[in-house]
Amino acid sequence: MRGTTRLPRPLHPVAWWLWASGLAVAAGATSNPVLLVALIVVAGAVVGARRPVTPWASSYGAFLRVALVVLAIRVVLYVFVGDAGGSHVLVRLPRLPLPADWGVRVGGAITEEGLVTSLEDGLRLATVLVCIGAANSLASPARLLKVMPGALYEVGVAVGVAVSFAPQAVASLGRVRRARRLRGRRDRGLAALRGMAVPVLEGALERSVDLAAAMDVRGFGRTGDVRAATRRLAAALTLAGVVAVCAGSYGLLTSGAPFLLGAPLAVGGSAVAVAGFATGSRVSRRTRYRPDPWAVPEWSVAASGAVVAAAFLVASHAGLAGMDAASNPTAVPDVPLLALLATAVALLPAVAAPPLRLYRSVASVTA
Amino acid sequence: MIRFEAVTATYPDAAEPALRDVDLDIAAGQLCLVVGSTGSGKSTLLKCVNGLMPHFTGGTLRGRVTVGGRDTRTHRPRELADVVGYVGQDPVAGFVTDTVEDELAYGMESLGVAPATMRRRVEETLDLLGLADVRNRPLLTLSAGQQQRVAIGSVLVMHPQVLVLDEPTSALDPPAAEEVLAALTRLVHDLGVTVLVAEHRLERVVQYADAVVHVPGRGAPVEVGLPADVMQTSPVAPPVVRLGRARGWAPLPLSVRDARTAATSLRTALAGVAPPEPPPVAAAGRVVVTARKLTVDYDGAVALRAVDLTVRTGEIVAVMGRNGAGKSSLLSTFAGLRAPASGTVDVDGAEPWKLPAPEAVRRVGLIPQEPGDLLWADTVARECADAGNAAELLRTLAGPVDMDLHPRDLSEGQRLALALAVVLSAAPPVLLLDEPTRGLDYEAKERLVTMLRDLAGEDRAIVFATHDVELVAEVATRVVVLADGDVVSDGPAATVVTDSPAFAPQVAKILAPQRFLTVAAVEAALARMPA
Repeated sequence: MRGTTRLPRPLHPVAWWLWASGLAVAAGATSNPVLLVALIVVAGAVVGARRPVTPWASSYGAFLRVALVVLAIRVVLYVFVGDAGGSHVLVRLPRLPLPADWGVRVGGAITEEGLVTSLEDGLRLATVLVCIGAANSLASPARLLKVMPGALYEVGVAVGVAVSFAPQAVASLGRVRRARRLRGRRDRGLAALRGMAVPVLEGALERSVDLAAAMDVRGFGRTGDVRAATRRLAAALTLAGVVAVCAGSYGLLTSGAPFLLGAPLAVGGSAVAVAGFATGSRVSRRTRYRPDPWAVPEWSVAASGAVVAAAFLVASHAGLAGMDAASNPTAVPDVPLLALLATAVALLPAVAAPPLRLYRSVASVTA
Repeated sequence: MIRFEAVTATYPDAAEPALRDVDLDIAAGQLCLVVGSTGSGKSTLLKCVNGLMPHFTGGTLRGRVTVGGRDTRTHRPRELADVVGYVGQDPVAGFVTDTVEDELAYGMESLGVAPATMRRRVEETLDLLGLADVRNRPLLTLSAGQQQRVAIGSVLVMHPQVLVLDEPTSALDPPAAEEVLAALTRLVHDLGVTVLVAEHRLERVVQYADAVVHVPGRGAPVEVGLPADVMQTSPVAPPVVRLGRARGWAPLPLSVRDARTAATSLRTALAGVAPPEPPPVAAAGRVVVTARKLTVDYDGAVALRAVDLTVRTGEIVAVMGRNGAGKSSLLSTFAGLRAPASGTVDVDGAEPWKLPAPEAVRRVGLIPQEPGDLLWADTVARECADAGNAAELLRTLAGPVDMDLHPRDLSEGQRLALALAVVLSAAPPVLLLDEPTRGLDYEAKERLVTMLRDLAGEDRAIVFATHDVELVAEVATRVVVLADGDVVSDGPAATVVTDSPAFAPQVAKILAPQRFLTVAAVEAALARMPA
């Protein structure tokens, strides 16, 4: 299989997001810290091996920090107000006397079991975040938006502009803070924040208007001779279909959801969406520059994500020992072999994805 | 190709139209230069061509504008995208995507160009504009010159018949500007594209133009003609033209080459004459800025490398060098916006980056590239009140200004003066300016020169970063040239700028080997000569 698909090129963004979603689903299906840490390590290793050299790719670090903060918040919440089960009391904090029927504890006993459970819970959330971060840095949302089917293109642009608002606001904040400093005002503190909010938003909004003008000048939204009704039909079909698929998958994944919300909705939704895409691609006049191909590496990356998700879900439903490790915190949890093997499969993209294009060194000086 | 018929354009809430009764007919395959002072309506004229005025700016347009037979009243900018390529003043504001290749392809995707054709045109454009080795780079990591070329390329790939450019070289160093202009002339000559370009720095463009449109502003009629004819009387004129007009050369030279031919006798006449001495302020002042082994880096990219520099009061120091050479880094380190990675910087007895902001501004003031960044009030009066005694300073710097205007509605020159007044109200002995002449016409530039001379006379040191060799020739007492973070030359302005062709002003090029920098210096020398 050493054809042209192995030449340096960026992998199809959808493949990366499927793979990362697989990891995230797997993380959601277990609370075993050993497996969770293994998933984080796998995600990190793949990011390290296949992360492109773009400003967006450095967002991985930010996601890692957010994940740590989430973990910390979960534990701190438990320590002060969480549900205090278990019998091995580690320390007893002064307890705020509240009526028992409020169901809330403030202070009081901290148990080993409770602490470990909260740690595992936080770790699970953190792992999901790390997976999203990995997808973000391997394939930016902008690239993902580009592969939106023609019928959904305008929705994609709206999302794209909204997404670009945040970095614009950050850049604008930088300029405003510099200006305050140059005029001898403090650039930190609450009072400063109030003085800066308006110019920052103004700057970011102006940039959004500029963007709209720039897109129009470059021919965005040319309608040509396509009837407006056809365009609307295509967009409506696609949107309805996608929403139905989302609701259907929720029904499939949630135990206890009504049957109709599951498979029938998902299948029916897919059909409607496909009809929408078909109508849309017939009316869209847009063409696409160098579309990412979907070839063997894409299949294998997406499949490795699916394998992880499936293995974890199966193991969890079958009640394999070690998928829920909170029962006896003092013991080292069992590690189910099936899940561990599947985690190893998720490492595949580090090799299966084509290597990156060689970029020239990117100087970050634009000041 | 482009036809204006009795066009009057008025912005919303404006008392006066920005353009009045403009009739214009630009033939296909011409490079047409639009000149005029700031606020005269040049940008409005350009925006009319692809319908941005009035479809995006608002306001009303009377009369009729047609491009390639399409009327802008019935065609919005997007419906003209295949005929008119428009590049605004700030290339970054016009970027829609993140990387060079995607940006080039964007317009063609909207037009529905077939993928194979798209690929071929992108490759051709990368070659035409010399962008092939940055094709995968994120747009924000490019130099200003590369960004400008990407912006031009992004409309060029659509194969428009008309290219409209608003100040394409104002942010560029002289070599990068040459590159862009070379690409433009190639388009006109090889592909027959009609190019309409507005530019303040006529010295860079006028010799390439086939026709000049002079927009005088204030409702006066627009004047169209051959460059040499319009330049005879135009109030905005580059040094080569002003020298030619002063000496009565006919035909009027527009390029340095033609002027050198005409100036043979002038060079002989000036051979024995010493150029005027620079004002002898440099040594007298006290040292207010000292940098020792100053190194600045951005995440590993070195912006300044062990720079040693001292500046005294009374000096006007120009910092030159190509885009990305470290000029802005030097100024922002002096202003305390950035801490040095190593070495020390001392401004008026303190390390500026360690000072709290209210302390720092009493020692050093910086006017950033976009002076409007410093302003935040909604009227000039409030802006001045916010800064203390700035109203009086503003009057000294700029004369009477309508105090009820929004700072955004001031002319570029007035806005610069307002920013100066605001910064100077803290009376810093060191004044720093980053690219102060961006967007200024010749008249506003002359006022700036006077301002800077007066300010330097008041026991103050001035350091400015610029690409504008003519400004340096007029006002600088000393020039520091940076390249890749190093100081490569540092000396009296006259010596440094005449030593290197890239930084030499037009008059110096015309009169070399005689060392005269400005038209005024030549005139003064001739006046002193016995007749």
